[in-house]
Amino acid sequence: MIASFWTALVGGDFWWVLVLKSAFLVLFLATAFAYLTLAERKVSARIQLRYGPNRVGPFGLLQPAADGIKLFFKENAGPSNRDRILFFVGPSLAGAAAMLAYAFIPLGTNSWFGYQFHWDITHANVGLLVILGVTSLGVYSLFLGGWSANSKYSLLGGLRSSAQLISYEMAVAFALIGAVILAGSLDLEQIVGSQQHLWFIVLQPLAFILYFIGAFAETNRLPFDLPEAETELVGGYHTEYSSMRFGLYFLGEYVNMVTVCSIATALFLGGWLPLLPFHPFDWIPGPFWFLGKVIALLFIMMWVRWTLPRLRYDRLMNFGWKVLLPLGLLNIVITGAIVAVRA
Amino acid sequence: MLSDYAPILVFLVVVLGFAVGAQVASNALGPRRPSAAKELPYESGIVPRESARRRFSVSFYVTAMLFIIFDVESIFLFPWATIVRQLKIFGIVEIAIFIGTLLVGLLYVWRKGALRWD
Repeated sequence: MIASFWTALVGGDFWWVLVLKSAFLVLFLATAFAYLTLAERKVSARIQLRYGPNRVGPFGLLQPAADGIKLFFKENAGPSNRDRILFFVGPSLAGAAAMLAYAFIPLGTNSWFGYQFHWDITHANVGLLVILGVTSLGVYSLFLGGWSANSKYSLLGGLRSSAQLISYEMAVAFALIGAVILAGSLDLEQIVGSQQHLWFIVLQPLAFILYFIGAFAETNRLPFDLPEAETELVGGYHTEYSSMRFGLYFLGEYVNMVTVCSIATALFLGGWLPLLPFHPFDWIPGPFWFLGKVIALLFIMMWVRWTLPRLRYDRLMNFGWKVLLPLGLLNIVITGAIVAVRA
Repeated sequence: MLSDYAPILVFLVVVLGFAVGAQVASNALGPRRPSAAKELPYESGIVPRESARRRFSVSFYVTAMLFIIFDVESIFLFPWATIVRQLKIFGIVEIAIFIGTLLVGLLYVWRKGALRWD
């Protein structure tokens, strides 16, 4: 009874395949997070003519492991007059929402002995919309975490980040619609498929730029890292968090970086399609192309951090509402008009 | 169709298990040495005098309200974007009116000073 209900619900996959796949993706994202922190420190160091972490393991490659162990063995302190439930919910949501969004990113398929294996957790025909919805859950984690600590720095950081995230969320959504119009689908696999001949960055340069700028704000990165502007707000919404609770916020932030770069890759940079559609480029398997493009975008995000100074808060909000939003709407109308006339 | 989303439930359980497990593990592994000073909210070394739960700038409420309005409109744009080709000229005229109204609304809140931060 339960088994038949399960097959009706999930289709072909055995439940343990699904659990293994989920566990694998969680481990993969956690590892990606760990090594992104190292990459970030290495890139930062090189830009500032330093060496960066180089003591733990060769080239500092074991540094993330040491950091992880340290985070687990630190005291889980917090203010005594905190809201205990929300103080716990905040970081849980930060980690969970960031990882949940990745379930819809297409990762390709393999066929083993006639069994079709999908590397992604699931495939939804409105995948892009679901990803936007799930990533915006992250706002709750920042605000609940900032409010529950009952600390002024946390509260201000939480308020700022929630206002910033919701403002730039619209700019990001409007920018993505340009690519959706060209592909005629919200299905990420179909969007990538429709870029066979020409990547959408060529047809939608404005949308890509708008999306990528918005992505910096969505992931709280410089020049938009107002929520945790350390010179004025100490640590922002996670001022009072320590140990692995802080770690989960940190993880959420880096996993979100991977997510926004993956979306940009899928929508504008041709996803897993090779750079040029002939040999020897198409000998390299798709996932490597996808990963390579994501890494290139992540590197740009780290590079920008050491290039541009932080914006003032009113300028940040003005930029989102008065520049990105109207430009995004304009891009939709123009793209729509051209597509409709040529159809 | 619905079966596309059922695996998400499994993934959600695994992900929540990871997030909760990480906190429980660090609670169990870390030391616990509470002290009065440690349990005060951090305020750059000054002893906090009042609760942090107080009134804050009205601009945050305004931003939240504007967000609700504009975000709901962006939801209308997504289904339209997938069928622009079928709707042809009718679709583009329709959406031009819709986005025009949106832009007028944005201009109105802009002129009213709802987007001003000081």
